[in-house]
Amino acid sequence: MTKYGPYDPTLDYAPGPAPTRKGGGVETPSWKPLHMSRRNFLRGVVCSGVVIGGSAYLFSTTTPARSDTRAVERLVRLTVNGRTHSIEVPPNETLAHTIRYRLGLTGTKIGCNQGECGACTVLAGDTTIYSCSTLTHRVREVDITTVEGIAGPDGALHPVQQAFIDEIAPQCGFCTPGQVVTAVALLKKNPKPTIEEARLAMSGNLCRCGAYDHYLRGIMKAAERV
Amino acid sequence: MTDVMHNFELFQPATLADAQAILGDHSDAWVLAGGMDSLDWFKHRVKQPAVVVDIGNIPDLHGIREEEDGGLWIGATTTLTEVNESEAVKSRFPILAEAALKVASPQIRNRGTIGGNVAQDTRCVYYRDGFPCYRAGGNTCYANTPTAMNREHALFEVSRCVAVSPSDTATALAALEGVFVVQRGGSQQEVAAEDFFIGPDVDITRMTMLEPGDILVGIRIPAKWAGSRQYFEKVADRNAWDFALVNVAMAASVEDGAISDISIVCGAVQCTPRRLSDVESLVRGEAPGEELESLVKRVAARGAEPLNFNHFKIPLMENLAVRAIRSLA
Repeated sequence: MTKYGPYDPTLDYAPGPAPTRKGGGVETPSWKPLHMSRRNFLRGVVCSGVVIGGSAYLFSTTTPARSDTRAVERLVRLTVNGRTHSIEVPPNETLAHTIRYRLGLTGTKIGCNQGECGACTVLAGDTTIYSCSTLTHRVREVDITTVEGIAGPDGALHPVQQAFIDEIAPQCGFCTPGQVVTAVALLKKNPKPTIEEARLAMSGNLCRCGAYDHYLRGIMKAAERV
Repeated sequence: MTDVMHNFELFQPATLADAQAILGDHSDAWVLAGGMDSLDWFKHRVKQPAVVVDIGNIPDLHGIREEEDGGLWIGATTTLTEVNESEAVKSRFPILAEAALKVASPQIRNRGTIGGNVAQDTRCVYYRDGFPCYRAGGNTCYANTPTAMNREHALFEVSRCVAVSPSDTATALAALEGVFVVQRGGSQQEVAAEDFFIGPDVDITRMTMLEPGDILVGIRIPAKWAGSRQYFEKVADRNAWDFALVNVAMAASVEDGAISDISIVCGAVQCTPRRLSDVESLVRGEAPGEELESLVKRVAARGAEPLNFNHFKIPLMENLAVRAIRSLA
């Protein structure tokens, strides 16, 4: 009859009877292949990342609209907030995903992920788009501006941002990055909007706190200051 | 709930010929224009095509051109914002500009295309949630049962499926007697609106006559209604984002106080934009006024067969038709 020893979490789990620590000759089964340590594993990940990133830098060119009938390549150059990034993006990735999880610009929020809330709004050129509903490969040739690129290079807030603070527009703040980007785009196109024009321009951004009037007041205030 | 999209191969051809070659190579290829609706299908994992062809880079499909005869040609990948802001559209066909402005939200209009808007699939929640209904190839309709939520569904021309045409611009284009230019094989066909949109009795799995491999190149609007008296109105639960419960588009010419010619179309009441030919023949030659309005109200929704929860659409449709006629007074 097999004797089961007490459970010892320091030993690696293996199905079957727990090996006894003392008693000679029983080898501890291990799932770790080739003595892979945590340190070596991380080292490998970092190195391969460097190789991939480096090769992206070396071999990438700007990828124009293809004149032949091959599928898109994964390496893309994406200009976000004035910086060009060479990154590897699968064809089924949305811009929101790329911005947040590849470039680390987590100011852009993903709310509904299906173009129904506006939290993921970014600027493509001068027009607002839902980054959650745009393939990254679709905007390779366009300059993207996220909420991180709205403030000045010295960190000075954009008049819209300052006006939103003054009017206490954000309540929970989740929709605010989208609201800021949409408002900035509106004022770029129409520096002196009427309240109705502002309301129409902002109609693609939901605010579950219902602070719409605060945002509108913020825009009218910012329009005076721009 | 949304999910990560499935893996697909993405093509971004630069010419129409390349796009056709790709579509010829892959029978299940999905044509992507603005992607505002396509990506939702993918994220909900209801449609999972292995190949996606992005036609947004093809210059031939984009832009608004004035035709020699006074009409307009609008490329299929022209965005709704471009349609709405175009002076040529606004001055000749204001109902199309207004319909484009009423679609969804500003960000969707910045990306969504007019071709995608007219060719989009229906919004029936059962179908879109992946129920195996008639339209999805099954053998039942989940929206036409005693307890089904069908307040947004059809009043007319039901054939097993009760889905409705969701598009606002399709209603306006049908009223303007737009012609849809379809690239099929090596040739371009010009298809009238009444043939472009098809009901479930023709093909229950499609909303338009576009078959796999076809590309909608653009829409030609004849000069016939340019500068005429026009009216568009959309009623929806919400002002932004929402699809129409009923919308109406009308173009008419008035001579000597009487309506000499008219084209009036209602959307979201059947699977295709519904031309109100009863109303048209009734008002032709008549002077707009209260008497005519009461007659219009009686014929506008004649023949409607409401489902359990969409009776309200009948008076809504009648009143919209009346308001359109009233705008001519």
